[in-house]
Amino acid sequence: MNTAGPYTEFWRRFRKNRLALAGGVVVLALFAVSFLAPWLSPYDPAFIDVKSVLEGPSRAHPFGTDNLGRDVLSRMIWGSRISLKVGFVAVGIATVIGMVLGALAGYYGRWVDAVIMRFVDLMLCFPAFFLILAVIAILEPSIWNIMIVIGVTGWMGVARLIRAEFLTLKSREFVLAARAAGANDGRIIFLHILPNALAPILVSATLGVAGAILTESALSFLGIGVQPPTPSWGNILTEGKDNISIAWWLSLYPGLAILVTVLGYNLLGEGIRDSLDPRLKV
Amino acid sequence: MLQYVAKRLVLMIPLLLGITLVSFVVIHLAPGKPTDMATMMNPKASLEAKERLEKLYGLDKPLHVQYWNWLKRLAVLDFGRSFSPDREEVLTKIGRRLPITILLNVLSMFLIFVVSIPIGVYSATHQDSLFDRATTVFVFVGFATPTFWLALLLMILFGVNLGWLPISGLKSMDYDQMSLLGQAWDRTAHLIMPVLLSAFGGLAGMSRYMRANMLEVVRQDYITTARAKGLSERAVIYKHALRNALMPVITILGLSVPSLIGGSVIFESIFAIPGMGQLFYASVMSRDYPMVMGGLVIGAVLTLGGNLLADVGYAWADPRVREGRS
Repeated sequence: MNTAGPYTEFWRRFRKNRLALAGGVVVLALFAVSFLAPWLSPYDPAFIDVKSVLEGPSRAHPFGTDNLGRDVLSRMIWGSRISLKVGFVAVGIATVIGMVLGALAGYYGRWVDAVIMRFVDLMLCFPAFFLILAVIAILEPSIWNIMIVIGVTGWMGVARLIRAEFLTLKSREFVLAARAAGANDGRIIFLHILPNALAPILVSATLGVAGAILTESALSFLGIGVQPPTPSWGNILTEGKDNISIAWWLSLYPGLAILVTVLGYNLLGEGIRDSLDPRLKV
Repeated sequence: MLQYVAKRLVLMIPLLLGITLVSFVVIHLAPGKPTDMATMMNPKASLEAKERLEKLYGLDKPLHVQYWNWLKRLAVLDFGRSFSPDREEVLTKIGRRLPITILLNVLSMFLIFVVSIPIGVYSATHQDSLFDRATTVFVFVGFATPTFWLALLLMILFGVNLGWLPISGLKSMDYDQMSLLGQAWDRTAHLIMPVLLSAFGGLAGMSRYMRANMLEVVRQDYITTARAKGLSERAVIYKHALRNALMPVITILGLSVPSLIGGSVIFESIFAIPGMGQLFYASVMSRDYPMVMGGLVIGAVLTLGGNLLADVGYAWADPRVREGRS
């Protein structure tokens, strides 16, 4: 008998979803651009050329130059590294916190659940952007602080998701069997239940990366994210705003890069969800 | 109904306390003090002067004492005074800015409502039509668009190139010399872009949500019943289906309050609108502890208020909720 395993089944469905594939290609392209930045970028992103300040797109500078004569395309290529890093680290932090708290709440129930879930409610009361802004400005803006703060303020959704998974999984036969075999709580939580709850985590993490990239770009745009001279798509847009009446290219291209990247992650995330469980399709 | 509202209000109290505690801890555990700023600006300031400043602000006391004192004053709505040179009351300052932010958010919520509901209903009733596909694309692109970037592009197009709309502030410099009609238009023109843009993110989400609700509702038995008894399709959709599909939207509107308030930081700083978001941003940048605390607390209270309104609206629309049945 030849039954397809879950991965084969997943891949068969995923392959048919053209939008999801397109999203995957965009995400792969972002990886490639970040890793190959030193070879891809036509100029040194920090090279200041006073002779070509705020030049529009041309053959020499396809996306124009900024107010210091630096090549915008090169700065955007290096800026992709920020987006890649922020997405992964911030979501990694959020996922770990959310996974641990959600697992504890769902597995132990009772007062543990009550305390953790009230804390989730509490964190959801804060306009997230206010909280992030306050913490970042106090901690001094830097890429690491941004990633940590976006992660620490963004775990509540994951916690709720994992808790719901644990509530349904903890009374299944395989868990009872593990307990009967003498497994302790830690072993049951991390080795038996958690692996079965990984699919929704993967989906929410992929969509979370998109959100983290948007938040980072907004923070950098406000001047409290990645600090110049390090290029990020958000802080190039700040220069676009400062030169709004004379240099449209500083505003157009970095935003387009954010849009395409975020769209890519969103399509990929939705595609993974639909392929994992077609019943969840909206 | 009154009993339901009262119960909800009582349940809010522990959340409120939690909000104040989280804000307090976040801001005070961080390295750096406002006195650093004050003394750094002035190289002649001695250590002694710095200590005097700290004493003045109560920063020399242990953390829990500071919190308790602050909470006691909060109970009588005293948020303290701003650290800025004018030393104004935090509440007065916020009170002056808040109406502007609320006005902008109410307008954009209204816009979200009137635009996304028809879109969602039409997409659902004409599933897989050209319109439905077009809105699906719009929704996906809308979710991925950084709204501050869209704001920049619109400013370049309508403000700089076409010159149709102003790009900053709430009124023009020569506002006082305008006729009444001119003043009304001036106000409106300044609001168009900020309101449109802050509604933009919600539009995508809400039309998607409305479409899903509608699709869910039209599959229910009571819709089949309505059709079976010979009602026109119009009556079925707009009287029977729409009302039920609208219910969850109430909740979503309430839940979108924090993101709208958070977004106001971005829009108000792009369009130079003197609202709560801009004030909060400025206070954060100058480490004005009392202002930041006030802003965080007020922001969270507004969110709680939004949730309460949503719950009450839901209970009003659905008797099962207010009687505690599920």
